[in-house]
Parts: sequence; C-alpha cells; structure tokens
Amino acid sequence: MAILEKKDLLGLRDTSVSDIRLILDTAFTMRQILDSPSKKTAHLAGKSVVLFFLENSTRTRLSFEFACKYLGANSSNISGSGSSIRKGENLYDTIKTIEVMASDMIVMRHMQSGAPWLIAPQTHCSIINAGDGMNEHPTQALLDMMTMEDKLGKLEGLEVAIIGDALHSRVVRSNIWGLSKMGAKVRVCAPPTMLPRGLDGLPCEVIADVREACEGVDVVMGLRVQLERQKSALFPSVREYAHFFGIDHEAIQAAKENALIMHPGPCNHGVEMPTEIHEHPQSVIHEQVTNGVAIRMAILFLLQARRNALSNDLNGLAALEAAYGFGKGPISNPVEQPKYRR
Amino acid sequence: MNRSTHLREEEILIRGARVVDPYTGRDEVRDIAIADGRYVDPASLSSPRIIETDKLVAVPGLSDIHVHLREPGFEYKEDVVTGTHCAARGGFTHVASMPNTNPTTDTPEIVQHLIERAERDGYCEVTPIAAATKGLLGEELSEMGLMHEAGAVAFSDDGRPVESADMMQKAMNYAQRFGARIHSHCEVKSLCKGASMNESQLSTEMGLFGSPKVAEDLMIIRDILLADYYHCPIHICHVSTKTGLELIREAKKRGVAVSAETCPHYFILTEEAVRGYNTHAKMHPPLREEEDRLAVIEALKDGTIDCIVTDHAPHHRDEKDVEFALAANGIIGLETAFPLAYSYLVKTGELSLMELLKLMISKPRAIVHQAERPIEVGGVADLMLFDPEAEFTYSVEESYSKSRNTPFDGWRLHAPTRMTIWRGRISYEAGFGGKD
Repeated sequence: MAILEKKDLLGLRDTSVSDIRLILDTAFTMRQILDSPSKKTAHLAGKSVVLFFLENSTRTRLSFEFACKYLGANSSNISGSGSSIRKGENLYDTIKTIEVMASDMIVMRHMQSGAPWLIAPQTHCSIINAGDGMNEHPTQALLDMMTMEDKLGKLEGLEVAIIGDALHSRVVRSNIWGLSKMGAKVRVCAPPTMLPRGLDGLPCEVIADVREACEGVDVVMGLRVQLERQKSALFPSVREYAHFFGIDHEAIQAAKENALIMHPGPCNHGVEMPTEIHEHPQSVIHEQVTNGVAIRMAILFLLQARRNALSNDLNGLAALEAAYGFGKGPISNPVEQPKYRR
Repeated sequence: MNRSTHLREEEILIRGARVVDPYTGRDEVRDIAIADGRYVDPASLSSPRIIETDKLVAVPGLSDIHVHLREPGFEYKEDVVTGTHCAARGGFTHVASMPNTNPTTDTPEIVQHLIERAERDGYCEVTPIAAATKGLLGEELSEMGLMHEAGAVAFSDDGRPVESADMMQKAMNYAQRFGARIHSHCEVKSLCKGASMNESQLSTEMGLFGSPKVAEDLMIIRDILLADYYHCPIHICHVSTKTGLELIREAKKRGVAVSAETCPHYFILTEEAVRGYNTHAKMHPPLREEEDRLAVIEALKDGTIDCIVTDHAPHHRDEKDVEFALAANGIIGLETAFPLAYSYLVKTGELSLMELLKLMISKPRAIVHQAERPIEVGGVADLMLFDPEAEFTYSVEESYSKSRNTPFDGWRLHAPTRMTIWRGRISYEAGFGGKD
C-alpha cells in the first residue's frame, strides 16, 4: 500500500496532494468502522499515543481519543495545567520525556505558531499537529474537505467561502492550503481589522462583503470569533459584527442551492451565524465532527503504517535525515534549517 | 601606557603589506613599524618581530558602535572578555557597548567598571553607551553628565524606544550639553503587539504576528523632527526599512544632524531566512523584504547610512531553541561583520574597500567622538590585517563567543582576519595561511 511521505503531519502547506488524497481515501474507509456496530479494531494494538494539549479543546481532543480507542491504541492525556509545563519545563524536555516512555505518536496542540516544527526534528515520535497558534490546524481542514467531498462528490472546482476572523484563525490557513491543492477555490471575507497582511497573496480571494463572498458558492464556512480577544477592539460590538459580517439567510440564499453550511466549532450563536443557520437543513456541522473521528483514525493509521514500514532504522538518525534532509552540506550559503540538536 | 598588560607588547615590523587608510585616503604598499603601542619609524626598531607579507591588507582597527557585551548581569550569554575577544577576532579594536545590562548601565560606577574591565582583561577598547533614562524605563533622565565624565560616549535605551516624545526631547537636549547624542532604537510599540517577525505575506503564511515597517518609519520621522526642531543631533540605530532610509536621506539634505547605522544582516538577508521558524534569523528590528535589503545597500553607497555595526547580541541556546515567538531577538556578529561586508559589498562591486573602511572605522569612531587612528608615525597602533584573497568557512562552534546564535554558521566568506593589534599589542593572531 501507499505510505505517507513524512514522519509527521505538521501542516497542509507542506503536505503533498497525493498524501492528502491518501488520508481522505483512508478516512472514508475508517468512516465505515465508525458506522459499524462494533467499533473496535486492532490496527494500532500495542501502540502508544499521547494527546498533549496545551490549549482547550473539546472536539479535537475527544475525537483523537476515540480514534485511538477504535484503532486499539493506548492513549494518554497531558494538558498544560496538569503538567510540568506549568512548572516551567521547556517544550523539548517535555516531548523528550513523553518519547522515552516508548510513545509512538504525539498529538500536539500548542498556543505558539511553529511549535510542532521546533519539536518534530528532535524526536523519533510522529508528531501530529492538532493546532499551533495561528498557523495550522491540518486535521480540521482535512475533515472539512472530507465532509465536502462526501456531500458534494468532489473537491475539484468547488467554490468555498470562509467568513470570519481570518487574522487569528489556523483553520482558515489550513483550509486555504488544502483546498487550493485539491483544486477548490477559496474566498475569504472578514472585517478589515481581522484580515492579516498579504492574505490575498495566498491562494485565495479576499472579498469585503459577506453576501458577495457567498454568491454562487458550494460551501459557506463560518469561523469562530474569538470573543475573548475582543479587548483588542477588532470590531465595535457584537451586534455590529453580526449585522455586517454574520452569515445570515441572505448570504445562504446567495450561495448555490443546497450549498453546505459549515463551522469548525465552537460556534458563538448569534455572532458568526444565528442559531437558525447553525441548525439549517443544509448545515453539516455535526457531520463534520463525526468525520473528524474518521480523519484522525486515518492519520494515526497511516503514520503508524509508515513507522512499521520503516521500523528497521527508525531508531537511528537515518530516518530523521530521510524525512528532513539533514546532513546534506550547504551548496551556497543556505540559511540554517532547524537541526537535530542535543 | 600601563594598560592591557595581559597582552604581550613587542616591537613589530610588517613588511610589504598593502596599507589602506580611510583617514588619509592612501592605498599603498609600505612597511609598518610598531613600538611602545605606537607607529614608529622602521629605522628606530631594534629587534622587532617581522611579519613578511605580500598579500595582506593592513587597515586601522575596526570600530563597532553597537554591541551587547551582556556584562553585568547576563554573563551566561557573554561578558566583556569573551565579547571583546570576538571583536579582536573580527578585526575590531574599539566597541561601544549597549546599556541593557542588569543592573542597567545607568550609573557612572557601571560605566567605569566596563571601561576598566576591558582595559584589564579585554581584547579591545570599550566605550560604553549608557542608558538615556533610568532603568531604560523612559521615565526619568539618567545621570548623563556623571556618566559622560566616567567615559560614556553616547546615550541610548536600545532594545526599546523612548516612547514619550517629551522624554525623548529632554534626553536629546540634555545629552547635547555634554556633546553626546542619543542613539535611538526606532519602533512604535503599539503597532508591534506580539510581533516576532516582519509583517508581510510571509508572517501571514507562518501564522505569526508581524512588526510592520511603518512602526520603525514612524519613530524615525518623529526623532528626525525632534532633532530638527530642537537642533540636537540624533543617531538612528539599525535601520532596516526602505522608507526609513528615504526619511533619513531627505533629513540629511535639509541639514538635520542625523546619523544612521545598519547591520550586515539587513543588507544580506531578508525575512525568507525565518522560514521553518528559524530562531537564528529572529532579530529586532526584524529582517525585512528584498526591496528593503536593496535600499540598505543603496543607502550605504550614497552616504545616507554612516556606519555598519553588528548589534552583536549573544543569547544562550535555551533562549533560542524554543517556540519562535518566545525566542530571544538578535544574533552574534563581531566575528563575521567584516568578512560579510567584504564578501557582500566589496566583492560584489557595490562599494570600494576604502568606502567600506570609512563605514567601519572612521565614521563610527567620529559619531562617538573617538580620536582618529591613521596609520602614521606617532599615532596609536590600532591595526588589523586581513587576507583579501582567502576564503574560509565560518563555523560557530569555534566562535570565541559564549553564545552560538548566528544564521551565518557554515557560510563561505572572504577576507578572514589574520591579525589584530590593539595599542601595539597583538589581540588576535590567526595561523598564517592556515586554520586559526
């Protein structure tokens, strides 16, 4: 069978089209396990997965935990507040501690962008990025794509409008990378204060007006407004936000008939969209959550399959070098890449 | 001269070197004789050590008016001895140290300590730049007069801007009374909340908050306008933006007493260097874009920028090998500054060697009121010899610094230092023709 190109899943920006395809195809198979009467399999029997979450999470964390259980892996949880991170232990030491207890894979959520890139080259464990700062949330985008493909039969050529706080959103970044690679077109709409500089240089179109952004699209996706950040005054009030940037009935009517309504959750009802839109017949928000389990099963399964295939030299630096291309001397003054140090 | 006695004093005769002197403008092959710390007539030497060369270039010792020696308080990163040792290895005989130490260099006692420590144990002259405001807090003027008397040559809150315009004008006006100028770190902080790199498409791609160029430009124009209005001189630290340079160029044309510096990384690297969350390319101000890099080179050529400094900023591995946004800002640079500048400005034909030497010797010394150092009989023998034809690979593992934070590790560079002489004493010597 095909195997993934890399030891880790860090972000969709660095993931190939064929790997995305492989993950999506595998997830549809996993979905059958989810829908079957007995959800217990032994694909990851005897393997240890650590869920290392330094930020709050309901869906991502629980779905990874279920994914581990359905595949027969042992899973353990560490969070920020209950761990030695609170005592000031640095990230490398924490990850190394997890690794040397014979862990195979680490699912990591971190508040700092790029944290998985810091760690992945320094550990034998496979790192799965469950969200890093404002950078990427690859498993979310994958489950979004799976849901679109499931409902609409394809990704190629789809028009997807993503509405909301693009500045702080790792979901929007992963979706832009993933969807554009798979041939879909992405439009982003946000208040000007929530648009990061140069976003239109990424493979997406930035549109100021919500209804215009939703015109003729196949998918309308809301992004969570981080109300806890409202102190930095990115918009004047919730009612003003809902009035100008909320996804309302008119926006849905502007989209294609039977366009999907999506949201990564958690949703602020009445802000990003009213409850009636959240529970609209075209809403697939709950379906997204179910597919999230399937996607995470697929990723765990595929990364472990790769580990099994390469197990002969996984303990050596050779595998790391194969994955990251270290040790190839500079050709002409290259800027240093993160090294396997210590 | 009963100073720097830990370095061996000897009579030296350098035969056949190409002597390039930015003070006299002369570029000629001749002999250099040194005794008792000064240049002397070769005929007066009795039994000197003789250095025969037909390939080395001799120039006055380099001067860097922006370094962080980390003493007192952060000796785990660097101290006066290791920092000046790096300087000597890089061909420098003079550095001006920045005051963000712990305690802050805001009292005459600390200024005096730094000078004496360099005289006693160091490898080049240190003239401290002291804090402009007490504790670098931007609230009260520091004891500029007393510190100037103790040897401080300029004042700065480097690492942070003096945010209040009123405090800035007070500092500028007060410093001027003592003939010193304020070295200003230009940044409007409210535009840079949480920033860890240049604000651009790349920061958006990487999910990092960016520091917009306009934050630097705004503070540059504020300081220029203050300097103009109050008739005070101002020195703008580590300029990194195209617009900032245009503002300085225009101000100079109008006769405002503004001087400016930049660092090798701003004319060699761009923000692309931070891709992959490379904390060794994280600095403040951040690496900018290609148009800015080219503008810095242009400004070096037309005199808008007065000097090249390193902003040598040592940090321990534990402060760099962390999440990008949490990593410390800055890189070490004393050992690489001249080879980088030679490789990327002189070798590329952007500047003549003489022009580069003005930017790294005579102009920076003048900004902090240091005496001229021409290679002429009677003058103090501050000298460096480099090999313009040699190439070498910079390996940070062999650095004299306590820290290892540089993006230039493994780079192939021209013009390694072969010898540095500080007040007639050899402060650095490489194995001739070989590895040092």
